Amino acid sequence: MYACFFYSYRRIGVREMGLLGKTKAELAKYATVLKHSGKETSEFTDDFEPVVIKERTEKQEDGSVQMITCTSCKAEIPSGIMKKNLCVCPECGAHNKISAARRMRSMVDPGTFRKLKCKVPFVNPLDYPDYEEKILKLQEKTGLEEGVLIGVGEIYGQKAMIAVMGSEFLMGSMGIAVGEKVTHAFEVADKNRLPVVMFTASGGARMQEGILSLMQMAKTSAAVQRFSEHGGLYIVCLTHPTTGGVSASFATLGDITLAEPGALIGFAGPRVIEQTIGQKLPEGFQSAEYLESHGFVDQIVPRSEMRKVVGQLLKLHERKRWSL
Amino acid sequence: MIREIDERIREIEEEIEALSMKTDDYAADVRIKELKSEKKKLLHQCENLTPADKVYLARHKNRPKVDDYINALFDEFFVQRGDFLSKEDKSIYGGIALFHGIPVTVLGHRKGRNINENMEYNFGMPEPEGYRKALRMMKQAEKFGRPIITFIDTPGAYPGLEAEEHGQANAIAKNLAEMSSLKVPIIAIVTGEGSSGGALAIGVANSVYMLENAVYSVLSPEGFASILWKDSNRSSEACELMKLTAQDLKQYHVIDGIIKEPLGGVHQNPNKVYREIDTILVQELAKYKKMMPDALAKNRYDKFRYMDAGIIEAAKKENA
Repeated sequence: MYACFFYSYRRIGVREMGLLGKTKAELAKYATVLKHSGKETSEFTDDFEPVVIKERTEKQEDGSVQMITCTSCKAEIPSGIMKKNLCVCPECGAHNKISAARRMRSMVDPGTFRKLKCKVPFVNPLDYPDYEEKILKLQEKTGLEEGVLIGVGEIYGQKAMIAVMGSEFLMGSMGIAVGEKVTHAFEVADKNRLPVVMFTASGGARMQEGILSLMQMAKTSAAVQRFSEHGGLYIVCLTHPTTGGVSASFATLGDITLAEPGALIGFAGPRVIEQTIGQKLPEGFQSAEYLESHGFVDQIVPRSEMRKVVGQLLKLHERKRWSL
Repeated sequence: MIREIDERIREIEEEIEALSMKTDDYAADVRIKELKSEKKKLLHQCENLTPADKVYLARHKNRPKVDDYINALFDEFFVQRGDFLSKEDKSIYGGIALFHGIPVTVLGHRKGRNINENMEYNFGMPEPEGYRKALRMMKQAEKFGRPIITFIDTPGAYPGLEAEEHGQANAIAKNLAEMSSLKVPIIAIVTGEGSSGGALAIGVANSVYMLENAVYSVLSPEGFASILWKDSNRSSEACELMKLTAQDLKQYHVIDGIIKEPLGGVHQNPNKVYREIDTILVQELAKYKKMMPDALAKNRYDKFRYMDAGIIEAAKKENA
């Protein structure tokens, strides 16, 4: 019991969990509750594989400091500082794009991440020219298998299925592989009674795969629905950009919907809307703040706070007894 | 090619109509005979259509609209309006009706026959309110155990300012999710063009049928060309590549069956198509009548869950 207590004590931090001033016995009880929140069976471990989350960093050949330009204020920031700051510009606070791997590392407790086993082979239903070369190149460049990185990890000691979409992989577009992985993640989470934390970043359905990419919308939404009917907790964080077929499926079906400051979120792209209505769109249209004021986002959370807020949300939901 | 044929057929029909006004005119009778045989020849040229031709036919203004199908196939139709939240969206049309004596909920995208009607129905492009109305009707159908029949014919969800403000993405997503778990049978028929999530939002069905010359795709060929090649003029090239015809989609198991059209499109002889749809609906409803409510939801879930399983398996084998 004590070992158990210290185990969670170290990882969560008593102060952060609001447990300061509790008696030892109460804390111990709390720790056991935490320990049992995610059960581990051999079946569970079969679904995952241990990996080290790799971040691809491009080194300058001459060894000089690489500078990254902020997309908003155009300030030149050394890459090290940018990395430490989770790609948030220290000058203007703009949330620049962050790679899926880096985001995953920023969320999970060190050493707790295990990747979801779900190999989807390359498919090209439309025989779209040069599609395979493009995918292979992107896999090489980004270190991702496809547009989404999924696995189980702990956030302040609380186990969750975490999915991060990578806008660096063909705009995070959803084809068969992304749809299959997301659906599988919800099914595994359902089976193991894990909450799902999803970071979306996508231009929508992957055009190159035609109608089958459209069908992924139905497939993923159905998986969310089933998971939700079984009482599963689904937290979504909408990041820049979340549009099209992804925003019109699993991205907007969360129990809790968070968004990153300044993220573009919508169904149709701004260019298409402008062409359709024949007028200029108002400032900040389809931004996270705009959505919040129209009632489609619970809270806007800066990237630096994200881990804490998600941890808090997991804590707020852990006492629920799930019913199947 | 189809455009010229179609226009010529229309001219012929107009001429025949004008000539048939004249009675006891031998010359007119001869001319009518000539025109009729020309029309027949033209229609026979429509036997092998390209995907671009099919897109043209799918969007044809004389193609039957959702209200035509409802009038032809159902009795005692009671129209339902409004999403009971904020607005009535006329681009979704539907209500309760009897089908061979069985109460059903029937709904679909509504396009107009002329520019005025189209302005009124927003060219069959729903706003979130339309999808919420559809969901309201479908939830009600579930409550009263009515099968749901939907007719899909839309260029896509409306990409407008207010539509975005009112949560277009959310409205579509909700429909997809809720439809997947409804405990009554759902049968969808793609009658014209089915584009993007705007079509799928009322298309998560146990059985999906498609008219022979209808098209169903991830987005319009123009949009496809515009996004991938930054050139919307290359749409006919996109039509070829996108595999959006009923025949292609049958191979992907996206649809369960193809409803045959008369040569030259449904509008040449709509009654034939109505009869065909009637037969299919009777068959399908009889099939689903035997299934328990939970089994119906599971059937639909599995249909979409494993739709691409065949393709994935084939690719795995190829790699191995």
